[in-house]
Amino acid sequence: MTEFLDSVGYGQWILHLLIVLPLLGVVPVLLGPESSAKWTALVVTILELVLSLGLWWALDSSRGTLQLVSNTPWIPNWGISYRVGIDGISLVMVLLTTLLMPISVLASWRYITNRERGYYALMLTLLTGLVGVFIALDLFVFYIFFEVMLIPMYFIIGVWGGANRLYAAIKFFIYTMAGSLLMLVAIVALVWRIQSVTGTISFSYDQILTNIGVVGSLAPWLFAAFAIAFAIKVPIFPFHTWLPDAHVEAPTAGSVLLAAVMLKIGTYGFLRFAVPFFPHVALSPAVSRIVVVLAVIGVIYGALVAMVQPDIKKLVAYSSVSHLGFVMLGIWGGTLQSVQGSLMVMISHGFSTGALFLLVGMMYERRHTRLIDDYGGIARVMPLFSLVFTVVALSSIGLPGLNGFVGEFLVLVGSFGAFPIATVLATTGVIFAAAYLLWALQRIIYHRLDNPENERMPDLDRRELAVMVPLLIGIVWLGLYPAPVLRRMEPAAQRYLQLAQPTRAVQPVAVRGSTVEVRP
Amino acid sequence: MMAAHWVWLAVALPLAGFLVNGALALHRDAPKLAVSIVGPGVLLAAFGVCLGIYQGLLAQPPHEPHIVPLWSWMPAGALQVDLAFQVDQLSGVMLLVVTGVGSLIHLFSVGYMREDPGYARYFAYLNLFIVFMLVLVLGSNLPVLFIGWEGVGLCSYLLIGFWFTDKANADAGKKAFIMNRIGDFGVLVAMFLLWRELGTLDLAQIAARAPGALEAGGAIVTLITLCLFLGCTGKSAQIPLYTWLPDAMAGPTPVSALIHAATMVTAGVYLVARTNVLFAMAPVSSAVVAGIGAVTALFAATIALRQYDIKKVLAYSTVSQLGYMFVGVGSAAFAAGIFHLVTHAFFKALLFLGAGSVIHAMHHAYHATHAHDDAQDMRNMGGLRQHLPVTFWLMTLATLAIAGVPPLSGFFSKDEILASAFARGAEMPVYYLFYAFGVVAAFLTAFYMARLMVMTFLGENRTGTEERRHLHEAPWIMTGPLVVLGVLTVIGGVINLPTFAGGHHALETWLEPVTAPSAPFARVELPHGSTELFLVGGAVLIGVLGLVLGYRATLARRVVPARESPAETGLARVLHRKYFVDEIYDAAVVRPVVWLSRVVLWKGVDQGVVDGAAVNGTAKLSRGLGWVGSRLQTGQVGVYVVLFLVGALWILRAVIR
Repeated sequence: MTEFLDSVGYGQWILHLLIVLPLLGVVPVLLGPESSAKWTALVVTILELVLSLGLWWALDSSRGTLQLVSNTPWIPNWGISYRVGIDGISLVMVLLTTLLMPISVLASWRYITNRERGYYALMLTLLTGLVGVFIALDLFVFYIFFEVMLIPMYFIIGVWGGANRLYAAIKFFIYTMAGSLLMLVAIVALVWRIQSVTGTISFSYDQILTNIGVVGSLAPWLFAAFAIAFAIKVPIFPFHTWLPDAHVEAPTAGSVLLAAVMLKIGTYGFLRFAVPFFPHVALSPAVSRIVVVLAVIGVIYGALVAMVQPDIKKLVAYSSVSHLGFVMLGIWGGTLQSVQGSLMVMISHGFSTGALFLLVGMMYERRHTRLIDDYGGIARVMPLFSLVFTVVALSSIGLPGLNGFVGEFLVLVGSFGAFPIATVLATTGVIFAAAYLLWALQRIIYHRLDNPENERMPDLDRRELAVMVPLLIGIVWLGLYPAPVLRRMEPAAQRYLQLAQPTRAVQPVAVRGSTVEVRP
Repeated sequence: MMAAHWVWLAVALPLAGFLVNGALALHRDAPKLAVSIVGPGVLLAAFGVCLGIYQGLLAQPPHEPHIVPLWSWMPAGALQVDLAFQVDQLSGVMLLVVTGVGSLIHLFSVGYMREDPGYARYFAYLNLFIVFMLVLVLGSNLPVLFIGWEGVGLCSYLLIGFWFTDKANADAGKKAFIMNRIGDFGVLVAMFLLWRELGTLDLAQIAARAPGALEAGGAIVTLITLCLFLGCTGKSAQIPLYTWLPDAMAGPTPVSALIHAATMVTAGVYLVARTNVLFAMAPVSSAVVAGIGAVTALFAATIALRQYDIKKVLAYSTVSQLGYMFVGVGSAAFAAGIFHLVTHAFFKALLFLGAGSVIHAMHHAYHATHAHDDAQDMRNMGGLRQHLPVTFWLMTLATLAIAGVPPLSGFFSKDEILASAFARGAEMPVYYLFYAFGVVAAFLTAFYMARLMVMTFLGENRTGTEERRHLHEAPWIMTGPLVVLGVLTVIGGVINLPTFAGGHHALETWLEPVTAPSAPFARVELPHGSTELFLVGGAVLIGVLGLVLGYRATLARRVVPARESPAETGLARVLHRKYFVDEIYDAAVVRPVVWLSRVVLWKGVDQGVVDGAAVNGTAKLSRGLGWVGSRLQTGQVGVYVVLFLVGALWILRAVIR
């Protein structure tokens, strides 16, 4: 496979194509007839998925450095260049994105019935933004992609959302915007500060990483700005209240992408930028304590609040707060196991929660209600749906043998050394997760079917199966054989750990080559 | 090639059965014949494989377990978790019990579940259960063991709630899963501690490293073992996490026999035996294990005295007998615990399947006459001996075995546990108390079993004149497995005959390579000579006394059918309602947690403080500031002039100062 990819020069063009292809797809979507918009979007997203798969082999998994890096000057006077590249961490996030995109398009098939052209054009724009965020290696470019994906989502919620969509969309927008503006200020301050010392202006990730030592006393403020921006995105308690509203109002595909991919931009931001830039601040005892406490609060609080939600979509939304708490704990756990675990939770949560939102969407399309109490006993009329729902719920609960367990286990086992009490408290999350999901599952699919409206619910059709099967395969595969994925990510996780040393050398050093030299 | 390397096949066969039956279950009219062949067929084949493996072990008893690696599961730096199985003397014994008793119960189910619309689904779940149970006993490291550990819990959940249209059944399944999860929390924390302290989660490595790396009797090893034991209390239904097991009787009766008596619930005993070196290094934890076991044995036996549902009696009996096993492994008599695990699997499976045969007959009788009485209530039975003679005699054998009447299997295994506890008393006198609890529980066991037999099979029949004509013995596919279990119940003791009976503790010797690491820390010297004979004689006397008194007391009471029975009062009511423990848990734990989540966290913190005060408060504040700003734009020049002057003066003052 590697030889074939080399022979077509895959590594040279693939990242650019992944960014441009969806934007090119927007043109036929907008110009073509309304009825063909979804077909065009499906073709483009599947093409994007197929093309992206080659990245698995194109990445040299023996190295943890950023690879396939390419650099094109954009605004040279300000040191801005279009600079992209990937490592094992970006790789899995990009693949997660490209996999979920065609699934999301298929999930919108019948759900979106008005202004389809606009909707699918926005979906494709969103795809560009999401891929871009994970491969950008220039902070200005990163910021642009960060915004690019915010705006389509705002419209997807605000135009195609539920009854209270405007409140939710504006809340989502202002929350995220507040964070991203803080981040913009921090980026500019960072670049300006480095320029004032070294004399060169550059938004390049590598340059900043190398010269970060000169930031000095500004570091805590800059870290705070980055951290708040990403914390809102994750979301970390208490910045999470935009999430339930946005999820409940968003159309199914919006919820899927929001949960499965967009939340991960927050944790990715910590792994890529906030912690490696400012390790001595981020990993200082005081900051660590705050983050770990908030992470554990997220795990338990999210689970407990999820338990009492009457609205199934809100329940899934709060469960995200709980799962992402594990990711944060793992990042600060600071061992290879905990960081690998965090990455696995990020992937697994994409599969499980994405699948849960899809299933909730299927229920909603049939009955137009999200209240758990309106269901009950549907296992009798929808056996296939109930089977899938059960497997997905068990995956989210973290049943060993399915995907959810691997990440949570690695996070906990890896964090226990540094934060024993917090880890034990977070472990209680496994009990609450079982409580809220099994209780909901029971009230939806079990019991007597006593509402006549539920009698007529048809079981999953072919399209819906096509949507669920890839995710189910992922759920079982990642649960039983996550080793290839773990091995792919390990060098990048190692490199992250080398960067995330609170005592890392802080003198500016000149950059050699296109990748960062890591000093022990 | 070693036979042990074929162990994956023992797991793969029931897995294939699960996939086939699962696929069939999705079709509305699944072919019953195919299910009846595949379901028990894969199990019998797996039993054959296990026999072959055991044969290989007998031919060449290994000093160290055979490790059969399948693939790398969770590699993360120093933590390399392989999906690997280990075959040694202990897992060999468990393999035979799981697939052997499992096969019999699968066969029984063919008859018992034949008319159920969920026939294929039932066998799919049952096959899947065997897969996970085998993974549990074969896992060569704790995470793989944990796959099986949680997996059997999942199957238990699915099978308890098998008839899910009834809310009570679904509730019982959920309760079982969540209570097990509370225990699993302990197992997880134990794994974290082991990883931190020993740098391995591999069972063989743990046994090898623990003596050197951990301080015997120290806080760490005590904490690890207590965490592990928390998992055992969940899985094996011990105080305080036992309340799910009686509710689990909501599942089909063969499930109760297989999962909730013979195999899954004994997983905790297996785990303690598997990690014996850790428990031997932690005398305090061992005392806790034995103590909880003893208290549970006694406590559950008292509840069983006053239950009327035949399965509930047997459920509390199981809780009580599991308590005995923990007394055994808690007294460092790991082989004795496993011995009782095996014999209990025989006689308790027999009792449950016998009860299934009774319920089957009762159900048919009520079904034929369209009556809606409770087919499991012993007050509706009586005199069934004439109608179900085979079941009656086989259950009588099992009753004698559980009561400890020689030379049946239960006599030897229970005796060994009590003797071990007594022997430990010499070092830690508190074990004398555990011994006493065990003896009293033995008396109560005999008593409630006699009561069960009398109420069910003897005296006047209370089923109803019309219904009585429809009572009949079960078909051969059900009585056949009963007969096999009956034979095992009688002769099962032979696997570990004590010296006074002409044996030489064969099972104990067999398991020695597994229990050897614990030997330097804790070793039981069983009493000999007159002490031994006195203990044995006393135990037999107690058992017989319990049987006789239970028989006479029950026969003397006039029993009326459930419908006409008055409500219980006084102590009987407390026992009948199981000491109100469910109600206490509900009021003390469940309701407060739900209230906290709903009222404090969701409505209070989330909607009130964060969203209400902080988020929307900020929004209101901005709007308010905007309003103030807009008020300033009055359009009247005078106001502007005044404001300008005030401002200018203020700046001037600041500059001058």
